[in-house]
Amino acid sequence: LCFNSLSHLNEDLKEMLESNKESLKLEAMKRIVGLIAKGKNAYELFPAVVKNVASKNIELKKLVYVYLVRYAEEQQDLALLSISTFQRALKDPNQLIRASALRVLSSIRVPIIVPIMMLAIKEAATDLSPYVRKTAAHAIQKLYSLDPDQKEHLIEVIEKLLKDKSTLVAGSVVMAFEEVCPDRIDLIHKNYRKLCNLLVDVEEWGQVVIIHMLTRYARTQFVSPWREDAVFDENSEKTFYDSEGRRVDQSKPYIMDPDHRLLLRNTKPLLQSRNTAVVMAVSQLYWHLAPKHELSIITKSLVRLLRSHREVQYIVLQNIATMSIQRKGMFEPFMKSFYVRSTDATHIKTLKLEILTNLANEANISTILRELQTYVKSQDKAFAAATIQAIGRCATNISEVTDTCLNGLVLLLSNRDETVVAESVVVIKKLLQTQPSQHSDIIKHMAKLFDSITVPMARASILWLMGEYCEHVPKNAPDVLRKMAKTFISEEDIVKLQTVNLAAKLYLSNSKQTKLLTQYILNLGKYDQNYDIRDRTRFIRQLIVPNEKSGALSRYARRILMAPKPAPVLQSAFKDRDRFQLGTLSHTLNSQSNGYLELSDWPAVAPDQSVRIVEVVELAGAPLLGKSKPGKSAEKFYSDSEEEEEEEGSSSEDSSSSSSEESESESEENSDDSNKSSSSESDSEKKKKTLKNKKLQQQKPDSKDSHDLALFLSQSHLFFLNKFLVVFKFNLRCIFVANCRCSLLCLCVFLACQFDAVSWHVRVSLQASFPVFVPETSHELLHRMTGKGLSAQYRFTRQPCIYGNSMVSLQLTLSNSSDQALENIHISEKSSTGQNIHRFNAIERLEPQASVTVSMGVDFNDSTQAANFQLCSTKTLRSDELSVSIQPAVGELLLPITMTEADFTKEQGKLLGMNESSATITMTPENISSQSVNRKVVSVANLGVIPSSQENIHSVPRRCLNLTKPTFWNVIKKTNCS
Amino acid sequence: MIHSLFLINASGDIFLEKHWKSVVSRSVCDYFFEALERATEPENVPPVIPTPHHYLINVLRHRIYFVAVIQSEVPPLFVIEFLHRVVDTFQDYFGVCTEAAIKDNVVVVYELLEEMLDNGFPLATESNILKELIKPPTILRTVVNTITGSTNVGEQLPTGQLSVVPWRRTGVKYTNNEAYFDVVEEIDAIIDKSGSTITAEIQGVIDACVKLTGMPDLTLSFMNPRLLDDVSFHPCVRFKRWEAERILSFIPPDGNFRLLSYHVSSQKIKKKKNVFESFLCSSSLHLFDKNTLHINDSIIQFLQLLSWDVGKINPQKLPSLKGSMSLQTGASKPDENPTINIQFKIQQLAISGLKVNRLDMYGEKYKPFKGIKYMTKAGKFQVRT
Repeated sequence: LCFNSLSHLNEDLKEMLESNKESLKLEAMKRIVGLIAKGKNAYELFPAVVKNVASKNIELKKLVYVYLVRYAEEQQDLALLSISTFQRALKDPNQLIRASALRVLSSIRVPIIVPIMMLAIKEAATDLSPYVRKTAAHAIQKLYSLDPDQKEHLIEVIEKLLKDKSTLVAGSVVMAFEEVCPDRIDLIHKNYRKLCNLLVDVEEWGQVVIIHMLTRYARTQFVSPWREDAVFDENSEKTFYDSEGRRVDQSKPYIMDPDHRLLLRNTKPLLQSRNTAVVMAVSQLYWHLAPKHELSIITKSLVRLLRSHREVQYIVLQNIATMSIQRKGMFEPFMKSFYVRSTDATHIKTLKLEILTNLANEANISTILRELQTYVKSQDKAFAAATIQAIGRCATNISEVTDTCLNGLVLLLSNRDETVVAESVVVIKKLLQTQPSQHSDIIKHMAKLFDSITVPMARASILWLMGEYCEHVPKNAPDVLRKMAKTFISEEDIVKLQTVNLAAKLYLSNSKQTKLLTQYILNLGKYDQNYDIRDRTRFIRQLIVPNEKSGALSRYARRILMAPKPAPVLQSAFKDRDRFQLGTLSHTLNSQSNGYLELSDWPAVAPDQSVRIVEVVELAGAPLLGKSKPGKSAEKFYSDSEEEEEEEGSSSEDSSSSSSEESESESEENSDDSNKSSSSESDSEKKKKTLKNKKLQQQKPDSKDSHDLALFLSQSHLFFLNKFLVVFKFNLRCIFVANCRCSLLCLCVFLACQFDAVSWHVRVSLQASFPVFVPETSHELLHRMTGKGLSAQYRFTRQPCIYGNSMVSLQLTLSNSSDQALENIHISEKSSTGQNIHRFNAIERLEPQASVTVSMGVDFNDSTQAANFQLCSTKTLRSDELSVSIQPAVGELLLPITMTEADFTKEQGKLLGMNESSATITMTPENISSQSVNRKVVSVANLGVIPSSQENIHSVPRRCLNLTKPTFWNVIKKTNCS
Repeated sequence: MIHSLFLINASGDIFLEKHWKSVVSRSVCDYFFEALERATEPENVPPVIPTPHHYLINVLRHRIYFVAVIQSEVPPLFVIEFLHRVVDTFQDYFGVCTEAAIKDNVVVVYELLEEMLDNGFPLATESNILKELIKPPTILRTVVNTITGSTNVGEQLPTGQLSVVPWRRTGVKYTNNEAYFDVVEEIDAIIDKSGSTITAEIQGVIDACVKLTGMPDLTLSFMNPRLLDDVSFHPCVRFKRWEAERILSFIPPDGNFRLLSYHVSSQKIKKKKNVFESFLCSSSLHLFDKNTLHINDSIIQFLQLLSWDVGKINPQKLPSLKGSMSLQTGASKPDENPTINIQFKIQQLAISGLKVNRLDMYGEKYKPFKGIKYMTKAGKFQVRT
């Protein structure tokens, strides 16, 4: 009947779903979601529901998504019907729709669509919207759990997304990193500083993940800041420091890596976060990474968390418990915050007790004991028992109070509550072991109590005490054994075992009185149901009762059984928890949980620091803005060979870009696509600010009839793009402001790129073509005043460099303006800062007023970072080294390629228009002709022109260009429309 | 991270389940029920329960257990904090977070949970963003929706998601522009038999209700900011300015939010003790006596409430209340004297002496209506007898 009614209900819903009315469908979906929420099965409706996946009604659509994700795994074939809808939605102009399509597509756990998911993720990872890229980062984990074979491809995407500078993406991609490839620490190097700097602005959940990852990272990359360790270490360590030229003594024995310091400094403000997980994450970071004397700053914040919810308290107290074992001083001033309230939950109470015990020392023990005394009276018996344990621990740890504690515990023996008494007995037993001779009266007292105690553990403890110290209580012990003989059969196993022990010990020390009793007990034990007891009995009998078979062993029976035993050490239950990283699930459970990542020990010697140095992708804007590069230290950071390795490792590293040019009007971003412009706005915000200032100064002579020149750029590397765009506009502004009087002109430039360059190469052979235009302007490298007579100018030749594919060829004109001849002019060997430079052959002699032109090649690594090197010359036997730098403009890093229009359109079509960026540029009428536009464009950047046949957009010059690195290619399309 | 979520009511029924990855059978909750059975009181259930294949992390709020299922290593506080955020969101949306409210709004709950987590990782937890994505249900909107067929779900990406101030949406408009701040302080104290204070500290919060048009930029300064020992901020507060000038500068979220919570340590309280004692008994005093007695082997728990309206206090003659407690016949005398939990409220006073100096608004032209209220409450105030 029940089944019938259910299927009837389903029929009902199916009808509603198939009706034409949106409201009915929505109502049906709401009811279905209600069923899912209750855990009822609704998968029979799958075909009816999935039809609505393309609904216009957004709420209906969302509910269908919920359903789909829930049941797709069970209905794989039908789920495939919906895929095309998502593929279409992935190209929607609304970023929310793109993102949610990707979310659902990647949540459908159907193995067949793995390739589709992979493709979608790759595309979304280069989306212009950071929100979509964030979703892509989430999708990486989903795909990985669905098909771990995709790992390698996914790592590529992760690598790309790690470079993302959006705070929105950072947390999610690090999460993906932790899930997919936590061991690929090398991916972090280049992004380390960026992550540290972004951290404060990342959303709180991302912060937690990033902090945990950075903790692990730092432990592999920096040397230990813990001075104690260094000092205690053997001589080898000392000599290590000595060799560095730093004395170990009072002064700083160790200098912290600036990156290490950066991490500590940037996480510190997060201690003020309202999110308890963030505070805990920072605390554990400090615990694991900070020098010991800086630890105290986390104390207050941790104590503050104790005001939070019960569950938060539980976790925080656990971590404090572990910390307080190693560093009492940290929490001692806050001891009173750990006082127990009667309203606390039991597990909170025991944790607080644990911490109080850890904090106890000679100075505060009396306060703590007074507090503990009130706890013993607690109604919560489990807690009272724990308190007694705590008192026992205080007594053993602090010898001054041992007697006081013991007396207090003895008083508790007369408590009415049995658990309290039993616990006291157990604790007293442990305490007595330390100094039994002085306390025979306590043992006697306990013998008297024996009848009234029923808790097995307590009874067993008393029996053990009697046996162990039977010499101190010669009268009581046999009596206790007599009582035990009576009740032996009904005792618990643990009591039985101790009875056997007691019997054996008494047999050896006082056989006259106890021989018969012992034999009786051994006989009882022989037929016990428990095999442990039978075993023990057999063993004891052979050991103590001499017979011909027992041999030599029984002679030593006394020494075996009555051997002096070391007193037990009462330790904290949290003693060994520090093997786990604080704040982790494993730490909470005290057992290694799934996927726990071990925190490595500090390396003895710090790995190469230079791996974290990032070539700042500061584009040609820098010189224009008059911003001088912060001088890179003259030290050579990495050898050439290292550098090469690095290049191989990260192929599309710092993919620099292409440029083209146009000037622009007030509106920085084209306003017809608000989404896009807003996203790029946030990204390149800083850049813009500086720009704005400039702009104000050069406020354009107003051109009322100005028209827009739209600049569409699409590129996989969004950030680069944005910067580039801005710089670009700026560049052009200078050119155009001068001669622009406007007319109707709209230029669109498509700058596209294909990340999968390799596959592309197979299909289209790229041909570097000759430059369309070679600017004649040369730039000054060295002024004759600073060069002491030697002056140098450089010029970009825009020719493919003969020294290497990735190099930019430069023409250097050196002239001697002094009155003496210069000799041996060459580029210093040791001077390059990371760029690979092909040096010109040394010029042996340069006569006064003469000049010579040489060519050289520089690999800028596709960045606009300046190439620094030293020019050496010798004048009258005095040699000079002159530091010079070449700052390339973006346009010069490019190389034009030749391709047909068809190829161009084809490649451009692959870009989906999803990731384009635009700007408007105002131009004067005389500049509307394609030639003049071309001329302007090529004068700024090294581009090629593709003849266009399109008429509707009149005179369309298109250019393709390739980067200096062939892993990357770009297309620029320039459209002239009215 | 978070695999699934189960909501379990006081009687042990699972009344809602939601999965973010593949479905986890609800039988996993059996381990939770076992722990629940072992616990003597509802609060005693351990927050983290390991099971053979999963880990259960639960929080208890409003007598509902929110049980999250985890499969691998994750910082437990991450999950706990998130679950509390879920409860806060429900409360924000439905006014109360009860089983009935959740069941009535199951679709909205589901939509919310869907937005808050993606693949188990928090996506949008900021209430302003969520409210743009999913509008809170009101009676009026429900009626309008049924007639017009419009929905509660937003079609555009919330502006906050991408901006640098994710907590505030753009285009906020009010006819009355108001900003109210409540300074609420709670005293946590333990007082022993003889009346001496064992421990005392003040925990304060500043809750704000800001209804201002546009993008206002507020600064709030204190007369005596040095009082604050340890503070935690809403993300909107600019930390640098606080460090440098001890001024709270922020672009507020729209609506209700907690701007700041702070702590005043016991050393500073001692100076205030006189003030404190004279105010202690000012308005009304409630005595709670929660005690457990053993009677005929069965534990009977009773809750006794004594309410005492003290009225005005004469400093010369402090009011006192005396009485004797009698036990039920046959009951044995309890070992421990009961602990008394005291609750009281003092209006218009922040016991720490914290005072707001001024509130300024920049960035908008209108004049807002500003208000500030002080209140002192007993927090965990216990007297051991």
